[in-house]
Amino acid sequence: MAKQDNAVDLVGLLAAEKQDLAASWVREVQESLGRRVGAAELDRELRELYEALVEALRQGAQDVHAEQMSEVRALLTELSRNRARQGFSPSETAISVFALKTVLEPALRDGSADTVRAYLQLGRILDGLGLFTIETYTQTRDELITAQAEQLLELSTPVVRLWDGVIAVPLVGTLDSARTQVVMEKLLQALVDTGSEQAIIDITGVPAVDTQVAQHLLKTIVAARLMGAECTVSGISPQIAQTIVALGIEFDGIVTKASLADALKLALRRSGVDMVAHAGVQR
Amino acid sequence: MTAPWAAGDDPQVYSVARSADVVQIRQVIRALAQQCRLSLVDQTKMITAASELARNTLTYGGGGTVSAGVVSDASKRGVAAVFEDSGPGIADVDQAMTDGWTSGGGLGLGLSGARRLVDDFRLHTVPGEGTTVTIIKWAR
Ligand SMILES: Nc1ncnc2c1ncn2[C@@H]1O[C@H](COP(=O)(O)OP(=O)(O)OP(=O)(O)O)[C@@H](O)[C@H]1O
Ligand SMILES: [Mg+2]
Repeated sequence: MAKQDNAVDLVGLLAAEKQDLAASWVREVQESLGRRVGAAELDRELRELYEALVEALRQGAQDVHAEQMSEVRALLTELSRNRARQGFSPSETAISVFALKTVLEPALRDGSADTVRAYLQLGRILDGLGLFTIETYTQTRDELITAQAEQLLELSTPVVRLWDGVIAVPLVGTLDSARTQVVMEKLLQALVDTGSEQAIIDITGVPAVDTQVAQHLLKTIVAARLMGAECTVSGISPQIAQTIVALGIEFDGIVTKASLADALKLALRRSGVDMVAHAGVQR
Repeated sequence: MTAPWAAGDDPQVYSVARSADVVQIRQVIRALAQQCRLSLVDQTKMITAASELARNTLTYGGGGTVSAGVVSDASKRGVAAVFEDSGPGIADVDQAMTDGWTSGGGLGLGLSGARRLVDDFRLHTVPGEGTTVTIIKWAR
């Protein structure tokens, strides 16, 4: 029976001055967020949340994870996701929940032991809801960051056509396995799309080549060969060359050139293009 | 096994739980190597060794930690890194250290290559308990 009484206390605390409380809650949150969330939207969000919370407590919900809280959790999830997407900070997001505690404080003035007990208990529930908000927020941010990283991955790996039948990928920056794989797949696809027979992989901008990157390179070169194309690796810096040797990676049978220019010259010669310097042009 | 750090040179500890962490380790080692004024070749060697060992920690050790920092003895400074996991350990160390031997689909050059890339290399492993690899590259 104690449970039921509790529920009455908690609901009583929230529903006492119902309209007032919800309205002050909205006002409190609005102040902390400034004008970045529309007043009408915020009002709707928080009133829905308020109704759902009162209902959950009426049904005897004891904490965030309670069955009866599922509606509250759904609303909070939506709220947190929106805030994360709009670029609010975690604190600005959690304040939406914690502000309700502040708003409830005046109810303590009557000082009855029951009210204090109810306030403390509700406080614990609200703390749980606040943490839930932060967790959802973080999850959304992680998803956003992953999505952006994937976009970058796509953006940062251009395959360029240098000449008829000659394509090149200039690799820049740290190569992790995912990125190397994307580049290599793109290169093989570009060979098909452009009908090229010469490919140049330029690693001038790569600070380190470890066994994993080397393995991706080697596999791509073998795959390109199977497709009837020839690959040249250019831009191997002295420090990478020495590291590759010390690691024991064998680049046997793979054509390497010091610079992209040299690799292009070779590729052109292989495709039967002659470069002729005209006598009249001053160099 | 004794840690390579002298008193006062406390290392930073980084967790290795996914492949993005391996990239971060490379960047951390690069910063330390520059701080110790390692030559460009030595920087690249140390970064590459760290990359290999961190990936082993992740792939075979099931994740773990890397402690990295500056070390010094009477006459020189260097960069040290300790890779620790509590994975399955390595049953046959000689085999694992053989060029070209891999239990997965690698080139089998990570461990043996890393040893050639650094100045100090210590491998401590207990089957069923985990693996610790310590490496140091000294500034010349
Ligand atoms: N931390 C570890 N825990 C358990 N086993 C390991 C660990 N590190 C390496 N090994 C074992 O040693 C073998 C050799 O490792 P090594 O790094 O030389 O090659 P690899 O990782 O298989 O290939 P790669 O050339 O891509 O590094 C691995 O295949 C694995 O069986
Ligand atoms: Mg390895």
